[in-house]
Amino acid sequence: MDVIFEWFRVLYDETGINLPFLYDAYDRNRMVDGFFTTIRLSLVCLFFSVLIGVVGAWLQGSSFKWTRRIVNGYIQLFRNTPPLVQLYFFYFAIGTMLPTVENDWGGQSPILGSFAWAAISLSFFAGAFNVEIFRSGIEAVPKSTVEAAEALGFSRLQIYRDVTLPLAFRVVLPALNNNLVNLVKTTTLAYAIAVPEMLYEANQIWSDNVNVTEMMIFLLLAYFVLVGILVGGMNRWERAMRIPGFG
Amino acid sequence: MSYKTDLPVMKPFKPREPEPLLGFRPWHIVVIALLVFFGPSLAFAQAGVPLLTPFAVLLDWVPLLLQGFIFNLAISFLAMALGTALGTLLGLGQISLSRATRGVSWFLTQFFRNAPWLVLLFFAMFLLPFEINLLGVSIPFPDWFKAILGLSLPVMANVSEIVRGAVRSLPSGQWEAAESLAYSRRQTLWLIILPQCVKRMLPPWMNLYSILTMATVLASIVGVSEVMTLTGQALAAEGGRPELLAPFYGFVLLLFFAYCYPIARFTVRLERKFAVIN
Repeated sequence: MDVIFEWFRVLYDETGINLPFLYDAYDRNRMVDGFFTTIRLSLVCLFFSVLIGVVGAWLQGSSFKWTRRIVNGYIQLFRNTPPLVQLYFFYFAIGTMLPTVENDWGGQSPILGSFAWAAISLSFFAGAFNVEIFRSGIEAVPKSTVEAAEALGFSRLQIYRDVTLPLAFRVVLPALNNNLVNLVKTTTLAYAIAVPEMLYEANQIWSDNVNVTEMMIFLLLAYFVLVGILVGGMNRWERAMRIPGFG
Repeated sequence: MSYKTDLPVMKPFKPREPEPLLGFRPWHIVVIALLVFFGPSLAFAQAGVPLLTPFAVLLDWVPLLLQGFIFNLAISFLAMALGTALGTLLGLGQISLSRATRGVSWFLTQFFRNAPWLVLLFFAMFLLPFEINLLGVSIPFPDWFKAILGLSLPVMANVSEIVRGAVRSLPSGQWEAAESLAYSRRQTLWLIILPQCVKRMLPPWMNLYSILTMATVLASIVGVSEVMTLTGQALAAEGGRPELLAPFYGFVLLLFFAYCYPIARFTVRLERKFAVIN
């Protein structure tokens, strides 16, 4: 491994192509940390946005007018405003109103850090799209299937959990995956509130080493590969989960 | 082929557009917005020294912020125009008969579609020169121009996919009928296929425009003085009072909502109008 890393140092000396995140242990750690922060942020947002989607779709089927109205309002508000401004609004406007806690150095720090706010804000953003996706999936389940389950004595929650959702999940998968891929791309916005994800760490490295070109090209390729792998995996999954004879 | 049955396993699935703010009258929205944005700041204001209320401060800055917002819209128009022009070429490249053209267009489309918008924006910002020398004349590349180029790259890739999808969605009978009437390929494309595609492309194109408009705030991260940058500067000029944060950021949210929500509704209506009933 070290031989390969050293080769990149030689490459720098010979050609001037500077890739410090390969030969310099400190920069390498930063880049790896950034990569895993991006992955972690994506996974957290993925989980909560799907959760918001499932719960929201269930609430939209509620018989209370105001529940439906509030869910609709949430969807429209989050779909039609820029995610970056939402992030700022959460982090700066709401974040400053929350109480602070004492940190290890005796100072005051906000109760939720930038990572938490990025996760909250992006989950709400992606969740707004997921609600509609799940709801249209639920509506694709025929009424007769639900009635059959009712006749077998399933409760409302059981029907939703054991009959409607598994069927709906399969048809919504392509639309859902599309949204989740978008979510992964949107995690770069967390850069704006200094979450140390991949773009932020790359920025740190190019600020220290003045190698903007190399870092920029690496970053583009890294995201291209990351998203490409994700899309490929999702497509395989879609094929595996497809309902035979449908669509 | 679809057939009719009384008991389908699953009904057809199509991601649907969200409902309008159901039953909300415009004044409902105003009241809720006021509560959300100014309610919390009232709590701060009670303990404070007699300063201007947050609302009055915001009112002072509204003209400047609106100017910034108009700049955002200008960026979005230009980036959309450039992206659409390039994307249409790329999309036509994707359905070209030449294998090499198809391959290159496909790769470019996928590459710029998979890269995050912000990374592409950084790419354009830092790698383009601040001026270029052409025949001894130096043409400056201001920040906003680089931002337009950076934003038009993902737009280009998405338009390319929209064009390809629309052409693919037409029944092949159209091509065959044109061929039997002795139209050349170019004539078929320009006189028969593309005119029919425009209708299909319009709703996703407008969706893309709305996404682009919301992405123009990204330019603030790389230092273009659009509405978000101006908001930050206004807040700094007011001495960073915490009770001002919510009204100011809320106002920016409201601006974008007021612009993008009607576009979204109009898109839904167009989609319904152009929907093909099988």
